[in-house]
Amino acid sequence: MLPFSFEWLWDISHMLFMGGLWYALTILGLGMTYCIIKAAIDTSKGKGSH
Amino acid sequence: MDSALIPEGVKRCSFGKFILWIIIVGAVLLWGVVAMLLCWFKGLNQTNMNDAYGFAMWIWADLAVIALGGGAFFTGLLRYVIGKDELKNIINYAVLIGFICYSSALLILAIDIGQPLRGWFIFWHANVHSMLTEVAFCLSCYFAVLTIEYIPLILENRQIDKVPFFHNLSHNMHGIMVIFAATGAFLSFFHQGSLGGTPAVLYGRPFAFREGVLIWPWTFFLFTWSAAACGPCFTILVTWITEKITRKKLVRQNVIMLLAKIAGWMLATYTVAKIIDTWYWATVTAPASGFNFMDFYSNNPLYGPWILVLEIVVCGVIPSLILITKTGRKSSFLLISAVLLAVLGACVNRWVMVLQVMAVPVLTFESWFMYFPSWQEIATTILPVAYGIILIMISYRYLPIFPQEQELEEEKNASIFV
Repeated sequence: MLPFSFEWLWDISHMLFMGGLWYALTILGLGMTYCIIKAAIDTSKGKGSH
Repeated sequence: MDSALIPEGVKRCSFGKFILWIIIVGAVLLWGVVAMLLCWFKGLNQTNMNDAYGFAMWIWADLAVIALGGGAFFTGLLRYVIGKDELKNIINYAVLIGFICYSSALLILAIDIGQPLRGWFIFWHANVHSMLTEVAFCLSCYFAVLTIEYIPLILENRQIDKVPFFHNLSHNMHGIMVIFAATGAFLSFFHQGSLGGTPAVLYGRPFAFREGVLIWPWTFFLFTWSAAACGPCFTILVTWITEKITRKKLVRQNVIMLLAKIAGWMLATYTVAKIIDTWYWATVTAPASGFNFMDFYSNNPLYGPWILVLEIVVCGVIPSLILITKTGRKSSFLLISAVLLAVLGACVNRWVMVLQVMAVPVLTFESWFMYFPSWQEIATTILPVAYGIILIMISYRYLPIFPQEQELEEEKNASIFV
């Protein structure tokens, strides 16, 4: 659920629950994005070739 | 036939033998899949769920595998955040076991909700006052963490690792694994806890109801604690079973000893906390609701005081005493008996907190509600076990799960020649 959903309420429960979910997903998403982009850059530089 | 895919320097059985065992376990898996499809296509009338049992036997299995899968988060926390470096030799297997446990838990939930196509409702139409919403959020996110922790293992397969991009990706993921492990520990703390908190907030069911601190009943902390204690025990147990089946030493004894010692102290402190919780509940909380202790353990064909003794003494006190003593840990028989009892203890605890809670009558004119699952429930509960065995077989064959396997094998061969 996001704040633009009709069910959304600006109360502490929604902010904690949904905020926690999006916070965790953001960490995982950013972490994986960093790994993938860095792997692509490393590969283009010729690292990891056997 | 598949030797190019097998990690270098290790021996595996023939491809034919491997496929034969996959087919045998696959037949059990297929039985579970048939039952699962029956539940999906015909509905939850395939189960023996009724007005008294809104949760089927699955939910016990669900809670049990989540507790036993706790070895992944706790070992990850010890290895990456606290810095117990020796555990790098068992963390891969802990992650694999955790991945199997959590994917099984999600599969069970997908069957249990009856309409899996509406599974996303819990994320989009979330009831933000429910502990089970928190469980669903944390469970899904933690499964994503476990997948992220399992991916580098797949990428380290001999052939996949030859691709430079995958080699670099695996290397980079290892580099920031501490972030994923810390996130996983945070998520696990909350979903393990909320699973314990859910029955304990049911003030209409005095057998389960517990007091607590702020919004969290004591069982919130006890569930997380027991998962951190019994999860590593399950990892040790599965490692031992794998070693017996493969007839190889896969992890050095000092690694097992360290994990067993930590798990032992966690179990010992958990057992003390559980005894205090039970005593307070029996003498204060339950009497305040008009119930005597023996009301919960009499006048029924199954649940007697024996289940409490089994959970706390046999599967709590005894394994704790074995695991916290050096002599106990050094004896292979005692060590394995202790971890087996600890695992059994976690399963009994979840059984009591799910199924016994629903069996106990809450109104004066009611009698005990007993329950026997349908074959579809049994088959779908066994399904994750078969799936887990198959995934372990494939991972053990093709992925470098045990970093010490090669050197242990060489030492063994050297000692034979000497």
